[in-house]
Amino acid sequence: MNAKGQSGRGPGQWALAIFCTLALLFLIAPILVVIPLSFNAEPYFTFTAGMLTLDPDAYSLRWYEQVLLSDEWRRAAFNSLVIGLSATALATTLGTLAAVGLSSPAMPWRRAITALLISPMIVPIIIAAAGMFFFYSSVNLTQTYTGLILSHAALGAPFVVITVTAAMAGFNRELLQAAASLGAGPLRGFFKVQLPLISPGVISGALFAFAASLDEVVVVLFMGGIEQRTIPRQMWSGIREEISPAILSAATFLIVIAVLLLVTIELLRARSAKRSGGSGS
Amino acid sequence: MAAGKASVSRPRTRVNALMLTLPLVAFIAVTFVAPLISMMARGVYDPTVADIMPETVAALQSWNRQGLPPEEVYAAAARELTLAREQRTIGRLATRLNRQAAGTRSVITRTGRALNRGAEPPWSESLPEIHEAWGEPGVWETLLLTGDRFTADYYLNAVDLQRTVDGDIVRQPETRRVYVDLFIRTIGVSLSVTLLCLAIGYPLAGFIAHAPPRRARLLLTLVLLPFWTSLLVRTTSWIVLLQQQGVINDILVWAGLVPDAERLTLVYNMTGTLVAMTHVLLPFMVLPLYSVMSGIPGVQMQAAASLGATWPRAFLRVYLPQSMPGVGAGCLLVFILAIGYYITPALVGGQSGQLISNLIAYHIQTSLNWGLGAALGTILFAAVVLLFVFYDRVLGLDRMKLGA
Repeated sequence: MNAKGQSGRGPGQWALAIFCTLALLFLIAPILVVIPLSFNAEPYFTFTAGMLTLDPDAYSLRWYEQVLLSDEWRRAAFNSLVIGLSATALATTLGTLAAVGLSSPAMPWRRAITALLISPMIVPIIIAAAGMFFFYSSVNLTQTYTGLILSHAALGAPFVVITVTAAMAGFNRELLQAAASLGAGPLRGFFKVQLPLISPGVISGALFAFAASLDEVVVVLFMGGIEQRTIPRQMWSGIREEISPAILSAATFLIVIAVLLLVTIELLRARSAKRSGGSGS
Repeated sequence: MAAGKASVSRPRTRVNALMLTLPLVAFIAVTFVAPLISMMARGVYDPTVADIMPETVAALQSWNRQGLPPEEVYAAAARELTLAREQRTIGRLATRLNRQAAGTRSVITRTGRALNRGAEPPWSESLPEIHEAWGEPGVWETLLLTGDRFTADYYLNAVDLQRTVDGDIVRQPETRRVYVDLFIRTIGVSLSVTLLCLAIGYPLAGFIAHAPPRRARLLLTLVLLPFWTSLLVRTTSWIVLLQQQGVINDILVWAGLVPDAERLTLVYNMTGTLVAMTHVLLPFMVLPLYSVMSGIPGVQMQAAASLGATWPRAFLRVYLPQSMPGVGAGCLLVFILAIGYYITPALVGGQSGQLISNLIAYHIQTSLNWGLGAALGTILFAAVVLLFVFYDRVLGLDRMKLGA
């Protein structure tokens, strides 16, 4: 593929570079285009003549005002935070414990149990949501916060299991024996020695789980009532019913959150790579 | 005590490891597996008729289906329909029967109203007076057919089949055959999206894999950004870009490629579904390809070239075979994600871009035909599980990673 890469650029290399630039543009441009349009002074989804000539009057914060001052959006933000944080706490606690167990060399039935624990990530969300709707309505948990928190925790747990299992792979088990020989009990050994060392994996997993909950709309659509509307649910009706640039300003907020999450995860990855390299020496 | 802990016997550590996973195993079993099982059960278990008209169904068992049932069946039906009307379960009953035989709804509701006003035995005479359908075997056969708590009807319906009163399985009438076509369309769309992702993702992943490390890291972050951005945001973006008064049409009109009066319809149809789904699923193609391709030494291609191979030949004989595991993983992953896709087609697909998952949602939320929704869901679920088992056999599920 890169045959001529080292020895100067042939026409093929240029074609590839141009193709890849276009492909990246296809990936990124649709996301970025939303940001300037969210400052549109007019209720349109396209650039007005004024915006293109950078006329300050063509830009405004009216859609941000509309979102930030609306009771519905505030309630949605509150719901997203409550459901997201509770589900993340639950998924991270249970997921970390399970991953520590799965990483033990003595773990029986590892493959089957891993498959079971990861299954919520694999099953299409529409099927999970349909099943949850049937089951949770039979135990009267639809239209409740509890129901949504439980289902989002189930959907987020696989991310924690995967990231913590990966972090455990770089963990030197002899450290636990060292801690034990110095008189630390198993709990103390876990919290003082193991947890700090695998914490990048735990935090990444928690961020993945939180991001998954923050983006989840199908389960909320099936199970949530008016009271439990989250940000994605609010955007969903924004897109379906009253398509207004207000959803673009909400979208911009979510893009900023996505960038922050991505940067945090990348930093954690770099840090844990450094750490596992360090523990080997 | 500390020394004892360090030298625990193997059975103890086995149990300890298992105990650590137990809370999450129990949690997933209750919050996730039980719902899936309850969905599968919904597709085969429908007690509506058996619960609301138990005596009628029981009495019908002795009916030889020659002519009309005896008076005792009529009496049971009249009694139970009166009760159903009082308990307000008659609507559910009428809906269930109507699904089996169109037109039965009005028979049941009209009879319920008339019984409520008062009617006299003998019921085998007064019921046919209320609605002539009671004087034909048709309604009774429908009751007999739906009287079982366990039914294959929803699964049959999901593949455009139905059961006759004689127990034969026949195709649905032409106007009601929708689901097989929809499954075929879903597979077709998923294949198209997979091929589009491969066509864009293969060169892109190769380019990133053989770029200098710092640039590769940056390009990979650009691929990951959409992956992290809310699905709804990405879908909104495509509506903004593709709609008739949107950015792409504006550019085309401005460039003179399209007359203003004939702006292209790019969204709320199949085009919108294909474009938006390709965008959403492209990172899932690039990442596995990248991880395989970054392990292929670039010098191999130079070696092939120095031995006289032309570029296409070197690519086909040297590079492509080594990248095949990535191609397999990426294609399978994108295909699996595509066949279950719901949000994007629901928002940008319009009428023509709907997939099987949209029909599942429709039956659960709008038509309230939960049995059919569950049957369609179970079939889709089985397809996904089979594909994943295949993925696991060929590539190994445990090699699936998050991000780069």
